[in-house]
Amino acid sequence: MTLVVVLATTVDDVTVIATESLSKRFPRVTALDRLSVDIGPGVTGLVGANGAGKSTLIKILLGLSPATEGRADVLGLDVATKGGAIRERVGYMPEHDCLPPDVSATEFVVHMARMSGLPPTAARERTADTLRHVGLYEERYRPMGGYSTGMKQRVKLAQALVHDPQLVFLDEPTNGLDPVGRDEMLGLIRRIHTDFGISVLVTSHLLGELERTCDHVVVIDGGKLLRSSSTRDFTQTTTTLAIEVTDSDEHPDGTRAVREALRARGVDTNDSSGLPGAGHILLLTADGEQTYDLVRDVVADLGLGLVRMEQRRHHIAEVFRDDRTTDAQDARKEAVGHGG
Amino acid sequence: MAVEQPLAPSGEQTRIHNIGYRNYDGPRLGRAYARRSLYSQSLRGAYGLGRSVKSKVLPMLLFVVMCVPAAIMVAVAVATKAKELPVDYTRYAIFLQAVIGLYVASQAPQAVSRDLRFKTVPLYFSRPIETVDYVRAKYAALASALFILTAAPLLVLYIGALLAKLDFTDQTKGFAQGLVSVALLSLLFAGIGLVISAVTPRRGFGIAAVIAVLTISYGAVSTIQAIAFDQNSPDAVPWIGLFSPITLIDGLQTAFLGASSSFPGGVDVSSAQGVVYVIVVLGIIAGCYGLLTRRYRKVGL
Repeated sequence: MTLVVVLATTVDDVTVIATESLSKRFPRVTALDRLSVDIGPGVTGLVGANGAGKSTLIKILLGLSPATEGRADVLGLDVATKGGAIRERVGYMPEHDCLPPDVSATEFVVHMARMSGLPPTAARERTADTLRHVGLYEERYRPMGGYSTGMKQRVKLAQALVHDPQLVFLDEPTNGLDPVGRDEMLGLIRRIHTDFGISVLVTSHLLGELERTCDHVVVIDGGKLLRSSSTRDFTQTTTTLAIEVTDSDEHPDGTRAVREALRARGVDTNDSSGLPGAGHILLLTADGEQTYDLVRDVVADLGLGLVRMEQRRHHIAEVFRDDRTTDAQDARKEAVGHGG
Repeated sequence: MAVEQPLAPSGEQTRIHNIGYRNYDGPRLGRAYARRSLYSQSLRGAYGLGRSVKSKVLPMLLFVVMCVPAAIMVAVAVATKAKELPVDYTRYAIFLQAVIGLYVASQAPQAVSRDLRFKTVPLYFSRPIETVDYVRAKYAALASALFILTAAPLLVLYIGALLAKLDFTDQTKGFAQGLVSVALLSLLFAGIGLVISAVTPRRGFGIAAVIAVLTISYGAVSTIQAIAFDQNSPDAVPWIGLFSPITLIDGLQTAFLGASSSFPGGVDVSSAQGVVYVIVVLGIIAGCYGLLTRRYRKVGL
């Protein structure tokens, strides 16, 4: 008996979500294609472009949409048969707006708590607690129609947490937030795991913001698993520096001069084709302090002005590039570089 | 995140400190409880309770409008020591059908269109309930709200009748028949109202569509009935009555609940025709339930 319990806990500890060649096909599209992934406790980022299958995966994991093929377990429960039990222990924050404007946050969250099975008194107590934890104070008695996007996101998060789930699915929680609101939300997401002890699966199409928050990142594209690794691996391989320089009489094309000087020192640069400011911004991989020094020295030696040197927020596209980097592609980039 | 600095009086206002997250290990009452919670929330919502003051006005007003005539009749009956109430229990709802129609038109969209419009439906389905639970809770809530609306004036009449010392057995029988009649009416109207409203997330369209369906069908049916009666074919009158909700209830209670019909010429509905009425009423109720379930299976997340 004891042994079984111990075993069960260990299994829970190891995987919160497990999928096995999970596929979902619609008449015209394949939303998920033989996706096999194990997700442990902690904060996990699910990254993919729009239409990559993130929402479809969440729907299947909540037991709301049957998979065409394969299987999935959430908290050790089979999604095909135990949907109700899963939804009792899991919270869900949708991507879209879902708040009726004419009720107050308190009333709404109390109602959602009861919908999760909490008795009336517990629902009220936990609503007050949860709203405070997400940072909603006096506003919670006002109708939600007058809330800012940031406040609405907090209410949406509160309704996902109010029944103290073991796992929450957060679908694009930073959507529509300004940089400050975004940072606050990311901090809150981090706290959901560290302070509340709840595992998190958070989706985003921006890898950069998940890097700082997540322990683990899963990248999917076109319903296929592209990559699943701990955040540390990502940061090590993808710290990208963007630099922009002025032109001078001596070097009418400053960007090009810097690129050539850097190459002479053995550092390859990419032009930022496809990104804003293309042609004027150079991207290079930073290997720590010395890269910054090198750039500074090179620019100073050429007598140019350094307009910008910043760490790039990684876009999902870079992961694809990174992941599929082959010699052939490198060669092609080189060729483009020479041509430019 | 924030580093706690307990001894930092540097202009920072007094604030409640985070007392930490508390886990919940109390009972989780599951699916049936969630369904009941949705039912009671929807029922309260149908009278604007738990919603803004503005949304209480119309349902409360209609409730008062339903009850006032009953109160006046009772007052008259008591004052004049009448031998019987000026109106049958079963006829009351038929007289005030416009008020009932208005209530359905205003509250059915409120019950379902709001959830669709503000996309709250996916949130419900991320909880232990299933689509059938949602449909049952909403259907039951609106039907109950309608029952309260239609049964309350009957209760006023009944209490008044007893106060006026009218015959107890007679009145009780009439009251019971009236209750059965309005219960069926509530189920029928709630079903029709919900099916129409669940199609559109726009409340306005829902209201207009429900009013249109109720008034146009009644207008058409009563006109055709009148024509049929004038053309010396009164036999056709009950059959025509099958095509609008309120005449359905009227015919059904004429056949089985001792009511006299409001059909032209007071045409009677035979028992055989009454059976058809019952089948049609129950069929529509079941059909509405089926359509709603189908509709929500598609909504999902």
